[in-house]
Amino acid sequence: MKILVPVKRVIDYNVKPRVKADGTGVDLANVKMSMNPFDEIAVEEAIRIKEAGKADEIVAVSIGPAKAQETLRTALAMGADRAILVQTDDEIEPLAVAKILKAIYEAEEPGLVILGKQAIDDDSNQTGQMLAALTGRPQGTFANTVEIDGDSVTVKREIDGGLETVKLTLPAIVTTDLRLNEPRYASLPNIMKAKSKPLDTKSPADYGVDTAPRLTTTNVSEPPVRQAGIKVADVDELVAKIKALGIA
Amino acid sequence: MIAREPAMDLSPYDSEDFPEIREGVRRLCAQFPGEYWRRLDAAREYPSEFVAALTEAGWLSVLIPEEYGGSGLGLSAAAAILETIQAEGCNGGACHAQMYIMGTILRHGSEDQKREYLPRIASGELRLQAFGVTEPTSGTDTTALRTTAVRDGDEYVVNGQKIWTSRAEHSDLMLLLARTTPREDAAKKTDGLSTFIVDMREVAGKSLTIRPIRTMMNHATTEVFFDNMRIPASALVGEEGKGFRYILSGMNAERSLIAAECVGDAKWFIRKAAAYAGERQVFGRAIGANQGVAFPIARAYANMRAAELMVHEAARLYEAGKPMGAEANMAKMLAADASVEAGNACIQTHGGFGFAEEYDIERKFRETRLYQVAPISTNLILSYLAEHVLGMPRSY
Ligand SMILES: Cc1cc2nc3c(=O)[nH]c(=O)nc-3n(C[C@H](O)[C@H](O)[C@H](O)COP(=O)(O)OP(=O)(O)OC[C@H]3O[C@@H](n4cnc5c(N)ncnc54)[C@H](O)[C@@H]3O)c2cc1C
Repeated sequence: MKILVPVKRVIDYNVKPRVKADGTGVDLANVKMSMNPFDEIAVEEAIRIKEAGKADEIVAVSIGPAKAQETLRTALAMGADRAILVQTDDEIEPLAVAKILKAIYEAEEPGLVILGKQAIDDDSNQTGQMLAALTGRPQGTFANTVEIDGDSVTVKREIDGGLETVKLTLPAIVTTDLRLNEPRYASLPNIMKAKSKPLDTKSPADYGVDTAPRLTTTNVSEPPVRQAGIKVADVDELVAKIKALGIA
Repeated sequence: MIAREPAMDLSPYDSEDFPEIREGVRRLCAQFPGEYWRRLDAAREYPSEFVAALTEAGWLSVLIPEEYGGSGLGLSAAAAILETIQAEGCNGGACHAQMYIMGTILRHGSEDQKREYLPRIASGELRLQAFGVTEPTSGTDTTALRTTAVRDGDEYVVNGQKIWTSRAEHSDLMLLLARTTPREDAAKKTDGLSTFIVDMREVAGKSLTIRPIRTMMNHATTEVFFDNMRIPASALVGEEGKGFRYILSGMNAERSLIAAECVGDAKWFIRKAAAYAGERQVFGRAIGANQGVAFPIARAYANMRAAELMVHEAARLYEAGKPMGAEANMAKMLAADASVEAGNACIQTHGGFGFAEEYDIERKFRETRLYQVAPISTNLILSYLAEHVLGMPRSY
């Protein structure tokens, strides 16, 4: 079985994002970028499935600028076998990503697609679900555990009240949650080997996908700064203040 | 995921020079946060888990050629690894020698020795990270060392003493420099010294005694005593009597790598100091708004960048097979000065908090202070430059 793992290059999770002065987006100049943490979990899960002998090839895909090659090399160093970069400098919305992934899905015929549940830059949480809809395949989102068994996969999903277990017929689409696994770090020999693993470069046009955005971002702003509180002397004053503010 | 210090590139090298190697090392280091190092520091304990993780991920065998099981990369890759370890708040001093001591076997050992040792050093099965050169009586004047190795049939008999033999308790092998021809019988004082690979597992606790020395930082350093220690004649590396030259050729690599560590330390201090200067409010504004606070950090930064360039220059020449003794020495001196300057600025910026163990600054400062003295002290670097580069009279 082949596993397809889409990975996105995003602002590093340690970086405190700064909004551009004109409110058009986040300033990415000289900012450290890395693989979306949920995608790292997806790569790790694919490797574990392969190590358990239940998959024989892992293909990593990234849609983004030329620099996304680095993200793919990271996936290759962790243990993916080959990579596809669909190169574009445009901003690609989840639906366009899902359409490109559908085309790759059809060309590669994987038994399983594992995606991050969302990318930490736009927090959309849509691509996996859209891909499932476009391919007409079953989805197991927010995976906490993934168990392959013959031609099906059992996914424990993290939902509000606890865990929900679903059994999906392969090929299936799975999205990862934070607790699925602890991703490994790449070893030096594997980083070296990754340099010679195949990495194909394509363009959205190769897959006949129109990536023109359907949404317009009107404004991006910093979260409001928390206002300082006030000190009250005793409970009576507290109650009085609350009443005055009309909270209770 | 463990939260790390906010990532800030302090130099173009941070993202352009071996980016995948630096990122790999950063990730590993993220598993070993300040509290790990503080706990070990308080107990003066060896960072075994950290060293095991580095070994397993192949970071310590970077310089060993692929045919012997390493990654076969050059000095600049090794420098990127060690610099990143320090810049992430960890301490490579516990194991940096595992990277480079083997260079003596690689360059001067027999094919048998290479086949016997290098693959097992690469895998971490054998640790070669003890380097017995310094002695209590000879100090920097290495050729005056008194430890002797006398040939007796198929063996050498070693007698004497070494001091500051770091990591001897955490190493299987030791690279030893000993006198095989008395100084008065040797044509030159640099002749008559020989290098040996001592398998300490055979002799420790018998003819080899290792005694830990407590120091101001957690460094696992020791003094070792040889009492009629018998080692096989096959332990000799290269030719008898040429050991001093072999050791010198390895020292340039060592100095460049330790310089890279100091650059990493300086980056850690500068990042920490700049962040704190921007946050800490006194008299109603960030302390960094005062030039008296900001300028020392900016100056330390400029000196770090200059030292970093010299480290890269040293590595470039080394990899091109060109002479680089001066550059290795200058890199080490400039980087060690830059790290102490940055550490000092970092403490000063933090005021009282700079002294609190919880901030890791005082620990890093104690650790980086070593490199003004070891592996070669600043004065000796200056004498080298004065004499060998500038042609001034020898001062000693
Ligand atoms: C923690 C630690 C770990 C170490 N690890 C190792 C190790 O693993 N293996 C090993 O072999 N060694 C090791 N060393 C030893 C280290 O390399 C020496 O301490 C260093 O080279 C200085 O030698 P010394 O201590 O004998 O000082 P000395 O030679 O006694 O010098 C003392 C001072 O005098 C100055 N000085 C001496 N001669 C001159 C001169 N002619 N002109 C101007 N100034 C001069 C020196 O610069 C120095 O500041 C370690 C040392 C320490 C502290």
